[in-house]
Amino acid sequence: MKDIVLIVAAVILSLAAAGAIYRIAVGPSLLDRVLASDVLLAILGAALSIDMAVNRHLNNLVLLVALTLIGFVGSVTVARFVADRRGQVNDS
Amino acid sequence: MTPNATGVDAVIDAVTAVLLIAGALMSLGAAIGLLRFPDLMSRMHAATKPQVLGLFLVLAAIGLQMREWWVWPILAVAWIFQLLTVPVSAHMVGRAGYRTKHLHPELLSTDELEAVVLRAAGERAAEKAEEAGSDVPHSRNGGHTGGTTGNGGPSA
Repeated sequence: MKDIVLIVAAVILSLAAAGAIYRIAVGPSLLDRVLASDVLLAILGAALSIDMAVNRHLNNLVLLVALTLIGFVGSVTVARFVADRRGQVNDS
Repeated sequence: MTPNATGVDAVIDAVTAVLLIAGALMSLGAAIGLLRFPDLMSRMHAATKPQVLGLFLVLAAIGLQMREWWVWPILAVAWIFQLLTVPVSAHMVGRAGYRTKHLHPELLSTDELEAVVLRAAGERAAEKAEEAGSDVPHSRNGGHTGGTTGNGGPSA
């Protein structure tokens, strides 16, 4: 049971991560890439949590809380700078 | 998970397995949405919503497996912070996407900002016309709403 759950979850999460990485690679704009990297971070958090649940330990719990706390800073920063740069381009 | 579980343990393990697989499928759904949706706004919709439910399912699985009461508040804190921060990043990305025209206007059912944008554009055009009418061009960055600093304004 444990092995089956681990293998199925690993396959699903690998497919999801491959999709997110593909979107990071080809994403037509910077914002698409930021969004895809956010999804990749969420997939990483899901993998950490599944490892904790299946193996019954809490070693990654602090990392998980920190991820949910500050994981959004990167995309907010990039979105802010994208808006600023385009605004100046349109202005001049 | 316990090997060769019986009774209550087997039930809890089965529920945990279902929760874990469902949570992983939420991540897969987000990735499929990222790949298949046509523009930034719909991709943002697919990328931000399944994360929250997926994280909730997986955290519930952790709580079921650990079976200690003090774990639940920490898991609740993790989930609540995810619930608070995901809309912030989605809002900022959507705002930047709207401003940089990363959207297909024909796919929107309503554009609630359109009237505001049109009015602001009209005000800016009127300002420009007024500046062109006067002889001395006194200020270049008067009508910019982004609040950018340091682009060579007349500071002294």
